[in-house]
Parts: sequence; C-alpha cells; structure tokens
Amino acid sequence: MRVVIAEDLALLRDGLIRLLGAYGFEVVAAVDNGADLRAALLAHRPDVAVVDVRLPPTFTDEGLRAAIAARAEAPGLPVLVLSQHVEQLYARELLSDRNGGVGYLLKDRVATVGEFVDAVHRVAGGGTAMDPEVVSQLLARNAGAPTRALTPREREVLGLMAEGRSNAAIASRLFVTEKAIGKHINNIFAKLELPPSEDDNRRVLAVLAYLNA
Amino acid sequence: MTWWPFARRGLVSIGRVALVGILSFPIHLFLVILTVFSWLSTVLGVGLVFAPLVQLLVRAYADARRDLAREWAGVEIPRPYRPRPAGAFIGSPRRWMWLVRDPATWRDLLWLVGGAPLGLAGGLAGLIALLYGVQGIVLVPVIASATSGWYGYGVTWPVDDLADFLLVPPQGVLITAGALYGGPWLQWALARYDHSLLGPTRSAVLSVRVDRLTQTRTQVVDAQAAELRRIERDLHDGAQARIVALGMSLGMAEDLVRHDPDAAQALIAEARQASTKALAELRLLVRGIHPPVLAERGLLGGLRALALTLPLPVAVEAVDGELPGRPPAPVESAAYFAAAEALANVVKHSGATAAWVSLTYFGGALYVSVGDDGVGGAAARAGSGLAGVEKRLAAFDGSLRVDSPPGGPTVLTMELPCALSSPKISPSSATG
Repeated sequence: MRVVIAEDLALLRDGLIRLLGAYGFEVVAAVDNGADLRAALLAHRPDVAVVDVRLPPTFTDEGLRAAIAARAEAPGLPVLVLSQHVEQLYARELLSDRNGGVGYLLKDRVATVGEFVDAVHRVAGGGTAMDPEVVSQLLARNAGAPTRALTPREREVLGLMAEGRSNAAIASRLFVTEKAIGKHINNIFAKLELPPSEDDNRRVLAVLAYLNA
Repeated sequence: MTWWPFARRGLVSIGRVALVGILSFPIHLFLVILTVFSWLSTVLGVGLVFAPLVQLLVRAYADARRDLAREWAGVEIPRPYRPRPAGAFIGSPRRWMWLVRDPATWRDLLWLVGGAPLGLAGGLAGLIALLYGVQGIVLVPVIASATSGWYGYGVTWPVDDLADFLLVPPQGVLITAGALYGGPWLQWALARYDHSLLGPTRSAVLSVRVDRLTQTRTQVVDAQAAELRRIERDLHDGAQARIVALGMSLGMAEDLVRHDPDAAQALIAEARQASTKALAELRLLVRGIHPPVLAERGLLGGLRALALTLPLPVAVEAVDGELPGRPPAPVESAAYFAAAEALANVVKHSGATAAWVSLTYFGGALYVSVGDDGVGGAAARAGSGLAGVEKRLAAFDGSLRVDSPPGGPTVLTMELPCALSSPKISPSSATG
C-alpha cells in the first residue's frame, strides 16, 4: 500500500516512515512543507496520506489546507490528518465534502501502534477514523434531545461508530456479538430518524453529519 | 406655529442664564470670601478643619454647575480633582495638603471670582435684550412718547413723526429674534467658561492617565508572574513527573526484557500510558497559554472553533465577513480569552438557548460583542468572571460594557484599541 507522509519534525517523520514500513506500507514520499505535500499528493496519488496539520512555511494549518485542496482536485483521496490538538472546526472541514476516506487523530494515538495502523487501513479503504476526543466532544454537545432517548449502551455504540469502527470492531470491543451491535445500530438510526444504510462508511458519515449539525 | 420651538428654546435659555447669573452672584461672592477666610484661618489652626469643609461646599457647588452645563448646554465637564489619599480625614494635615497641592482647588477659586461678574453680565444681557425687543413690539415707546413728549427706540431717537413710529415694531421684532437666537449661544458660551476652569487641564488629564496605566501595569505584571508560576507548577507536577516515571518504566523494562519478557512488556505498556497522559496534560496547558487554533486561524477562526465545543449554538461572525487584518498577537490573545470567559459565563449563568459573537474593527479599536438570550442581570462584580475580563482588557487600555437588564437579553461589548496588521497572506495560497 503506497503512502505519502507530511511531517516537518525529522524525529517524528522518521518514526512514521519506520512504523508504516514495518507494517507493510510503501512510503513513496515524505515531505516537510505544505507546497510539497500538495504536489506529492497529486503526483503520486497514494493509497493513503498521513499529514501533520501544522507545517512550514506558515506553521499554521498548512497541512490541513493542502490536504483539503488536494481532495478538492482528487475527490476521495484518502487522508489521515494528525495533530497535537483536535478541533471540531477542523473535523467539520475535513468531513464537509462527504466523500469519506478521512481520518483525524491526535498524534498520541500513534503510540498505540495496532490501533493506529488499523486507522490508516480504514481511511485507505474509504472509511473514517475520528479521534475519540472529537467524538466525545460531539456527543457532549448533543447531550440534549434526541440523543437523550438513547440508552447508555446505544450511546456507547454511537460513539464507537462515529470514530469510524466497523460492526465487528465494535462488537469485539464491547464483548458482544455482531448481531447485537446490528440491533443497537438499527435502534439508534430509528431514534435519530436517520435513513438506514447497509454500507458501513455511508452510515458513519451520516452519524457524523448528524452530530455535527 | 413653526416659530414656537425656536422661541421656546430662546426663552428657556435666556431664563436659565438670567436665573443662574443673578443667583450665582451672591453665592460666588459668599464662597470666595469663605474660601479666602478659611485658608487664612489656617494660621490659627482652625483652618485645618475649616478649609476642607469649605472646599467640600465649593466642590459640591462646582459639581452642581458641571451637571447644569451638561444638562442645559451639552458641555461635558469632567471632574479634575486628584483622588483622595488614604487616611486623609477632615482635620488631618494630609487632607489639607491634598487640597493645597491640587491645582483644581485654585482653579475653582479663580472660577468663582471670574464667574460672578461674568454670570451676572451674561444673565442680565440676555434678559435686557429680550425685554427691550418685546417693548418695541408692544409699542411702549409710542405710548411713552405720546405721554411725555420725548422718547426713542432703537435707531429712531426720538420718535417724532409717523415714519419714526412705523419703524419701531420691525426693530422690536429684529431685536427680539436676535435675543431668542442668541440665548442658547449665550448659555453655551458661559458653559465653555465653566469648562475652561472647572475641567481638568491637559496635564491633569495626563496625570490621571499615568495613574491608571501604573495601576494596570502593576496588575499585568502580577497576573503574569502568577501565570508563570502556575505553568511552572503544572509542568513540574504533571508532564515532567510523568516523563520521569516513563523513563523509570523503560529503564526497568530494559533490564527485564531478557529474563522476564512478560514483566518487561507490562512496564512498556505502562510507559506508553504515561506518555499519553503527559501529552494530554501538555495539551491542556498549551490551550490555556495560547490556543493553537488561535495561532492557526486568527481570532474569528479561534472563536468559531471554541463555539463548536460549547453546549449551545453560538454564531460567530465578523461584521464585514472578515476582520480587515490581524490584531497584534497579545491583543488577539486578550480578546480571545475575554470572549471565552464571557461565553463561559453564558454557559454557566445565563440559561440561554443561543448566543452570538460579533467582531468588528472601527475607528482604531477592535470590538468584540458577546450576546445571549438568557436571563440577564450580569454585572462585573468584584471577583466575578466579568471583573477578570475587565482586568484583562484594562491591560491593553480596553474596556468592557455590560448591558444586561433583568430578564435579558445580555450584550457584553469589549473594546480594545489596537492597530491591525495588513491582511495576512492566506496560508492556502502559499501551497499553490
């Protein structure tokens, strides 16, 4: 699987190259600024890109902007954005094209290597990987009706689903069967009055759009 | 009757000027004599008590006249007196010295002396001009000339024949109109005289400003020192301690990895958790020092990002879509934290269902308004969040206005004088 990395700190860039290399990814480009990132994304059309939000020359949200701009030219180009802090605003911007293949995680999550690699695969496959902190903020904001109608278990499932996890992943994490999770999800969709969908990715995007509204 | 408002205005102002002028003459005379006598009596010692008492009276009278100048002539006269030092009770030498050293005390006296004849002259001039004009209109001169045989009016002096007689009423109308027109101006001119001596001199204005700046600077320095201590303590007890623990776990794991891999693995997992916690603490700390999103997106973007984390809908807009540039970083940060505190108040106390933030730059100042549809009754009481906002803004010469009637809605307006940098080059253009 071909991957482009954008990270300006050499220490972290080398770490990411080593980590992804060890898990069978082929790093086709590793850049350290926004302009190079956009060029690399459009030239290589990688299977997935791992991008730091803050890059030179402005050291603002260069990486995020480059990723969004590249996705405007190559819709659905999978991008996993890493940051030292998460902002609802950025999550909203990344999700706004509704194409999927988007991830937004705290840099700390890289330390949990298994989960991180899983997230990269998910994004590469057109799925979503939202940081638990983004999701918990979204759920806190939506503490009023109609999410109040959900049972605690359903809220738990909703949170994991919003992070972008598959039914199987949710089931194994909550120690229940996939069938039980499917039932919970049907209940959630009914209570939130969302149109049911068989496709995992579409379902996640619908949930995030709902929580983001 | 279109002339009535004009006549009314003239009549009212002439009446006021005459009333004040005539009444103030004896008052001024009395106060001048009293003042001079009270200062002289210091030689006998009683002046230590007497002079401050008289000055209380003088200042109360001057205050009343300042109010009149504002109410009647629209001339705002700020009080120029220096703040009273602590422990300066009546009878104490400190009180006496405070009064003697304040130039405003002597300017008050000068105002009393000059104001007596000026007020009287002005008051009488307006009244006489008006009465003389009215006299011409109601033909008093004609009657007078008919009875005594010798009388005149205006330029016709004496009134001899029919031509002279016909000239009298138009003259009377002109003089009356002139008096009515001049009345408000006379009132304004006398208020300007009051302003010239009762208002603060330029140096007094500056010295008040210096006092204020000294005070706010001390507050800022104190607040900064406290803030640095807090950051140091947070780092010391939080992230630093966790990284030390992390190093210890890794060191022990290094020793164990050969003969007890399971224990080593547990230690490494512990180390990873410690690193996650240290990062979380650092993130929280950084957000409190300078939120990253503020650096990345500026004030508008920073506040929008903040609004998305609040449990009620908050619309964040700049009046013209965007601010015309970026304020200097310290001002931007102060504005951000002030608005954040205001929004925190909305969440905690207002019971509002919606709030809004509006940004605009106008006349050399940045204005941030925060409004909500809650219960109102917000005030910058000592120790409250809003008092903190006020202090934060004062450090940059800014101010806070609270408009929060009971029952709401509440609107806080923060004003921060500053210059904006020319519009930044959009970061996205640098990527193209």
